[in-house]
Amino acid sequence: MKNRLKVLRAERDWTQAQLASALEVSRQTVNAIETGKFDPSLTLAFRVARLFEMPIEAIFDDGDGNGAA
Amino acid sequence: MPSSETSPSGFDATNRHRTIRLAQWTAAWVATVALAVFGAEFLWDGNMTLSVLAIALQAAVGAGMILANKRHLLNLDELQQRIQLEAMAITLGVTLIAGIAYSSLDIANVIAGDAEIGNLVLLMGLTYIVALLLVRRRYL
Repeated sequence: MKNRLKVLRAERDWTQAQLASALEVSRQTVNAIETGKFDPSLTLAFRVARLFEMPIEAIFDDGDGNGAA
Repeated sequence: MPSSETSPSGFDATNRHRTIRLAQWTAAWVATVALAVFGAEFLWDGNMTLSVLAIALQAAVGAGMILANKRHLLNLDELQQRIQLEAMAITLGVTLIAGIAYSSLDIANVIAGDAEIGNLVLLMGLTYIVALLLVRRRYL
């Protein structure tokens, strides 16, 4: 699953550690999501969406033409 | 804006606390195992009552260690839990297969001595460490 996490984080000038802290996960988890090595659960995806104040599909792309470009 | 990265987040702080607590329980359990194993020979000269008490203490502290490990695992985030799950699955599989093979070698008298449980525990520990490092590397 692709996502725009790295771009959105960079736009806000946040570090991975700051984002990890806000999401209450480890920095390794943020890095794994950004690099596409790990797909977050729906719960974590909703937490990301709430943090960035965007709909989930604007951040995550399920690779089926739905979601973030 | 997310909090500063200079101070540990609540998640990191709780994680660290639970990890330290697990290490303390593990150290205490190892100490009680040593007491139960070596105490009978070096401290109380085979006194049965003291040996039973030492083994009961070992089991009680072991139960505490299990609970500390459970709390530690439940506090991890979802990726960390997956890494632990994969490492533990590999460890369980290797220990089961190697343990049964080791026992079969003993029963068939292929190996000279008796199959020792300590060797299996050592294999379990080493397998877990290697599996954890390998699985973690996949998500770096």
